[in-house]
Amino acid sequence: MGRAMTESTYRIQGATGDWEVVIGLEVHAQVVSKAKLFSGAATAFGAEPNTQVSLVDAAMPGMLPVPNRECIRQAVRTGMAINAQINKWSRFDRKNYFYADLPQGYQISQLYHPLVGEGEIEITLDEKDPDSATKTIGIERIHVEQDAGKLMHDQHPTRSYVDLNRSGVALMEIVSRPDMRSPAEAGAYLRKLRTILRYVGSCDGNMEEGSMRADVNVSVRKPGGELGTRTETKNVNSVRFVMAAIEMEANRQVDVLEAGGKIVQETRLFDPDKMETRSMRSKEDAHDYRYFPDPDLLPLELDDAFLEECRQSLPELPDAKRKRYEEGLGLSAYNAAGLTAEAETARWFEALLAEGARIQKKSEGEVAKASANWLLSELFGALNRLGKSLDESPVNPEQAAELLALVADGTISGTIAKQVFEIMLETGDAAGKIVEEKGLKQTSDTGAIEAVVAKVLADNADKVAQYKGGKEALFGFFVGQTMKAMQGKANPQVVNELLKKALG
Amino acid sequence: MTNLTDLTVAEIRDGVAQGSFSAREVAEAFNAAVEAGRALNAYIVETPEKALEAADAADKARASGDLKPLSGVPIGMKDLFCTEGVQTTAASHMLEGFVPTYESTVSGRLAAAGAGVLGKLNLDQFAMGSSNETSYFGNVISPWKSADGKDLTPGGSSGGSSAAIAARLCPAATGTDTGGSIRQPAAFTGIAGIKPTYGRCSRWGVVAFASSLDQAGAMARTVRDSAIMLEVMAGFDPKDATSLDLPVPQWEAGLSSDLKGKKVGIPKEYRPDGLNAEIAALWDKGVQWLKDAGAEVVEVSLPHTQYALPTYYIIAPAEASSNLARYDGVRYGERVLPEGAGLQDMYAATRAAGFGDEVKRRILIGTYVLSAGFYDAYYTQACKVRALIARDFEQAFEQCDVLLTPTAPSSAFALGEKKADPLEMYLNDVFTVPASLAGLPAMAVPCGLDSGGLPLGLQIIGKALDEQGVLNAALALEERAGFAARPEQWW
Repeated sequence: MGRAMTESTYRIQGATGDWEVVIGLEVHAQVVSKAKLFSGAATAFGAEPNTQVSLVDAAMPGMLPVPNRECIRQAVRTGMAINAQINKWSRFDRKNYFYADLPQGYQISQLYHPLVGEGEIEITLDEKDPDSATKTIGIERIHVEQDAGKLMHDQHPTRSYVDLNRSGVALMEIVSRPDMRSPAEAGAYLRKLRTILRYVGSCDGNMEEGSMRADVNVSVRKPGGELGTRTETKNVNSVRFVMAAIEMEANRQVDVLEAGGKIVQETRLFDPDKMETRSMRSKEDAHDYRYFPDPDLLPLELDDAFLEECRQSLPELPDAKRKRYEEGLGLSAYNAAGLTAEAETARWFEALLAEGARIQKKSEGEVAKASANWLLSELFGALNRLGKSLDESPVNPEQAAELLALVADGTISGTIAKQVFEIMLETGDAAGKIVEEKGLKQTSDTGAIEAVVAKVLADNADKVAQYKGGKEALFGFFVGQTMKAMQGKANPQVVNELLKKALG
Repeated sequence: MTNLTDLTVAEIRDGVAQGSFSAREVAEAFNAAVEAGRALNAYIVETPEKALEAADAADKARASGDLKPLSGVPIGMKDLFCTEGVQTTAASHMLEGFVPTYESTVSGRLAAAGAGVLGKLNLDQFAMGSSNETSYFGNVISPWKSADGKDLTPGGSSGGSSAAIAARLCPAATGTDTGGSIRQPAAFTGIAGIKPTYGRCSRWGVVAFASSLDQAGAMARTVRDSAIMLEVMAGFDPKDATSLDLPVPQWEAGLSSDLKGKKVGIPKEYRPDGLNAEIAALWDKGVQWLKDAGAEVVEVSLPHTQYALPTYYIIAPAEASSNLARYDGVRYGERVLPEGAGLQDMYAATRAAGFGDEVKRRILIGTYVLSAGFYDAYYTQACKVRALIARDFEQAFEQCDVLLTPTAPSSAFALGEKKADPLEMYLNDVFTVPASLAGLPAMAVPCGLDSGGLPLGLQIIGKALDEQGVLNAALALEERAGFAARPEQWW
């Protein structure tokens, strides 16, 4: 915390000197909702074409849109999560254009009076280093709008097919200020935005399934100079591609400008195979969208009770959570950052914490550190190895809490715990059962340990002599030998004490 | 025995309930009238079997003591209402052959109330027109004839409805009114018609023309019948975001022509220089009739009236240009796909073939007024004027309960007479458009004949949600006007 804001030093080296890149992102995030923005049709991904289409979505004659309260609620909650102004009065406008994936001949959107106004998101420039500088990215607005259908050109030799399943699905368009100055900042912004959306539960952030896509606005200028003309690269669907598209487009613009050319304000397309952007349509095709207020819909007016319900339903957000983990639970900044980066991780951690505190009869703060370390190293290591995500983990938080409790109360050592965890991953058995059946319980029986210590010292008389001669580093050797002889089951503290006593 | 097709909705309803005749007899009589009246071209599709089906259900319901508000009453359905399993065209080639899989809320409510449907009534294409001459299926011919025997317009856009009611091809019908499409045809054919407050009737399933103005309403020969119909048609519909979530008053039970204590406003701006003298005279008569009914008459001012027509002809086409974008040949209706055509070519060819000239004219006007560089000068400005017009009414209603005005600037004109000049055609709506822009309830009542023997109507405009006040003032006019004229049957 308390990290200084710094200017990005990202520059493109051109023949005429350094160029600065100015980036703004328009992110289209699909709203998590069972039904579409203005119809009752379902929204599940991957359904058979044209199976989730209502009469409204197909724009049959006489059909009318009715706003879906849940979609509005999700957008309002998202706005609240980025500290944005929520407009209690907003309105839907029609954006008119003809295309086969747009049955109504217009998209219902919000041009003039968006639902959500100015907000902001704080990004950490180097997410691997929680102590690195942070930067605030302004959000200009969030508005809600309908998605279009999908054209399929590969189903028939001469015809195109239309799938209207997505037609009318609710999107939030989250428009940033042109506050980013490097591909890395854009990447950090997108990841942070996705984290917030997932925490709020308003968008699943799944870019592969198209539930989050970005239009990338890029311009270049001499550092600190006048803003250049921007281009908009449409529909980029991964963080990596967004970063690549910025780099390719910025370099292209520098090349054009340095060759004496001019940047044309235009819409472009990113081709990830060729790693380039290219122009999508020419000026002659420029659309006049003829926006006007949708006369089928009344202005959207939100009352205080609705806003209060939205606010109450917001979860603890990532920045607040990270701060609490550091200050309230005493976790390191690194661990706090790692645990809060994804809502799912934090949920898992908090379940582990609650169960651990319950069964160990301790406070959450007392079990936090061990829980955090175990989750980030042991569990994540194992999942990584198995190629599984956290929600596919073979071990649940309750089972893990039992394992950690066995370590905490001295029943097993940390080393044995690793073995037990491996068995848990394979069998799904409870930690206590494994320890019992395999006889892995740690012994604190001083008599038994004393006997082993005596044997170890007798077998290594030369080392004992060296230790006594001042080579105190050999203490660890004696511990290791003792533990080995006891197959790791001796209580390490007792071993330490008895060894110290025996070595006098 | 009385000719069953001469009965009103109330008389049919009560006669069926009392067993004076069966619903089937009524349906059969009207089915025969519809068939005999084909020369009027009022119906695009006839559905005699639907009328009989509902009639049989009504007769059964009577036997079991389970009659509904419109049991035994056959009606006509403007072909702008989507009807499940029955072709719905909006009188366009674009939707020729289109058979909805769904039923509009309003037509569904009528069916649930026991009404049977005789058929789908002709109209101006997509409800755009004031003479019914823009229908793809040919113009409706009014049952009335000019003194020199010319074919006349039944008005528009609900011209099939007005002609059919006047000619006794149905006792009542649905209409829709965007700028006067119920009231002007009612006036032209000597019948009654009410457009309720915007939001009273659900727009769900009604082919859209201009969403912020479109409102379904009832057309019939009497004020009482209009009330009966509207009471069934109105009601909150969660499927229409602009629908009013309010209970529907019992308008028929509330009918009273005693206007004691009521104030009637006469807007001075509705009497422009050159107002047809016969209409001016009828209006004066109307004033007297309302006074006779106990009302106090006051002059009021609606200062922005002169801007209503241009405002309407910006807002309505703007909305229409967008509402009609869905007719693109991709999913239903007309598709014209020339050899080797791409998507844009298909759009162009489909819309060129599917829309008539008036529809195209309005799409072009609407596209123009919404386009970059013109939006503020036209659309934004029109919205501001619309708010001023609504305020005019609010201020006038501080001084009175209802307004009395002419319905149309003339009696019905001859078919073809105004076809060549769209502006002259648009002037037909000059008295009806302001109430549409303000979303107010308004009703046309037949009040007399002009020197050529053609019907003339007066209009009552009421406060928002005060359909009862409108109906009651209309009833007072109706009782005193004693309008009993009917077209001589020539078909």
